[in-house]
Amino acid sequence: MIEVKNVSKKYGNKTVVEPVSVNVAKGKITSFIGPNGAGKSTLLSMMSRLITKDSGEVLIDGVELGKSKSSDLAKKISILKQSNHLNVRLSVRDLVAFGRFPYSQGRLSKEDWVFVDEAIRYMELDDMQEKFLDQLSGGQKQRAFIAMTLAQDTEYILLDEPLNNLDMKHSVQIMKVLRRLVDELGKTIVIVIHDINFASCYSDHIVALKNGRIVKEGPTDEMIDTDVLREVYDMDIPVQTIGDHKICVYFA
Amino acid sequence: MTLKWKFSLLAAASAACALLFIFWNVIGSWDYVVPRRSLKIAAIILTGGAIAFSTVVFQTLTNNRILTPSIIGLDSLYMLIQTGIIFLYGSASINMLNKNINFFVSAVCMILFAGLLYRFLFRREGQSIYFLLLVGIILGTFFGSVTTFMQVLLDPNEFAIVQDRMFASFNNVNTDLLVLSVIVVALVSLYSLRFTKYLDVLSLGREHAVNLGVNYDHVVKRLLMVVAVLISVATALVGPITFLGLLVANVAYQFFGTYRHSVLIPGSMLISIIALTGGQFIVERIFTFSTTLSVIINFVGGVYFIYLLLRENKS
Repeated sequence: MIEVKNVSKKYGNKTVVEPVSVNVAKGKITSFIGPNGAGKSTLLSMMSRLITKDSGEVLIDGVELGKSKSSDLAKKISILKQSNHLNVRLSVRDLVAFGRFPYSQGRLSKEDWVFVDEAIRYMELDDMQEKFLDQLSGGQKQRAFIAMTLAQDTEYILLDEPLNNLDMKHSVQIMKVLRRLVDELGKTIVIVIHDINFASCYSDHIVALKNGRIVKEGPTDEMIDTDVLREVYDMDIPVQTIGDHKICVYFA
Repeated sequence: MTLKWKFSLLAAASAACALLFIFWNVIGSWDYVVPRRSLKIAAIILTGGAIAFSTVVFQTLTNNRILTPSIIGLDSLYMLIQTGIIFLYGSASINMLNKNINFFVSAVCMILFAGLLYRFLFRREGQSIYFLLLVGIILGTFFGSVTTFMQVLLDPNEFAIVQDRMFASFNNVNTDLLVLSVIVVALVSLYSLRFTKYLDVLSLGREHAVNLGVNYDHVVKRLLMVVAVLISVATALVGPITFLGLLVANVAYQFFGTYRHSVLIPGSMLISIIALTGGQFIVERIFTFSTTLSVIINFVGGVYFIYLLLRENKS
């Protein structure tokens, strides 16, 4: 379990995240939703030690983030940010192989390559694994980065807008992969996501943020609700049930 | 061309350059000429290797392939020290005449400067490396201005001596200093070995490196210090020579076409040795000292680099 206790962040005088507390349950997909500038990405970055927190604690399985060794944390929790520009020219396979660094320190064993192959297969990158990243489309690149995170094989996976740049087919594909990782392998996944319908269809738990505060959190079923969404997004969003899923109709 | 071939080619080329330099047109006593030239070659290998290594590492840390470590102002500081000594004490002072003292003063000042700069900038957590570069540029420009100020006030004869120091030269390297430099460089390199495995990951940028479990601030600080020591020793030994790094690092990236530092670092070191030995050969034997090493290297290297880029463009 990841326990976030009174964590806050300021840039200069501007408070980006007010003291926030939230628990991420094991074996679930938790989605962070909310308008732009709500502090979702900042919170995610603090949970994964990418940026320092000004106050509060983040406990991963009961151990404070700052008290664990970074190299040990890399085997427990992985994070993928939304913009991933690289200055080096890498093939897809090279990139995915980097995900094994915490285990191999750069000298990959046979076992490491098995994980790499598996991650490539999971993200359906087999036929482009020798291609260089700069030859790929935005979506293919995104999938390659997610494959790297999968190769890292951590219990907790934090993804910042993983569906950025992806078409519908690949968005669905990635959400299904995430679902399978949770259901079959018992991983715990936290995503920042803008499309609330994906959040509604695939996540177990939703945390809604606004202006650096948690407005409300709860099981997906409770959260996808016109009243709750009005509070988060300041707009009226009718919710309809189609099949088993609650779908928000916010386009018109 | 496979990797093995490329390395063999480079190794053969650097050996050929070195042998050519040592044994070409030996006039007079071999006992005098050959050891003297070998000493120069040793100095070239040491400085060339140190510059190539530190530039590749620096470019990886900054994720930028057009920067050289000179951006933190070490070259300018060296010139300031040289000009300052002549300005204050004159060219006949012990500092100028005694190479060893000059070497110690320069090297220690540069290392201290880099150490203070890092200490000051990394005191606060999460300070961006670009802030360091910015402060480095400003201080470098400041040193440059002070140097120019003193230079215009100098007696023309004294200025000629300062001018001599503005260009890298392997002509006055003495054995004692070389041995000392070898020891320092070897120790620092040994120390940096434990961090080299992180270099590939660091080239992905800070966020990926942290995610993959690299203790980013710790490693970057140590490597920056290694870079500063290597540059300081090389510069104090032969003069301002960081221009070389930009060229050899980029030629190495193009030539090897890989991101792996286990290839890039030895590769760029070999290229650097070839460039320096070849350049020094041309300067001494063909132009008979009528031009400087940096002119030759930048000209030949620049042409080769443009060729590589054009070839890349076509494929």
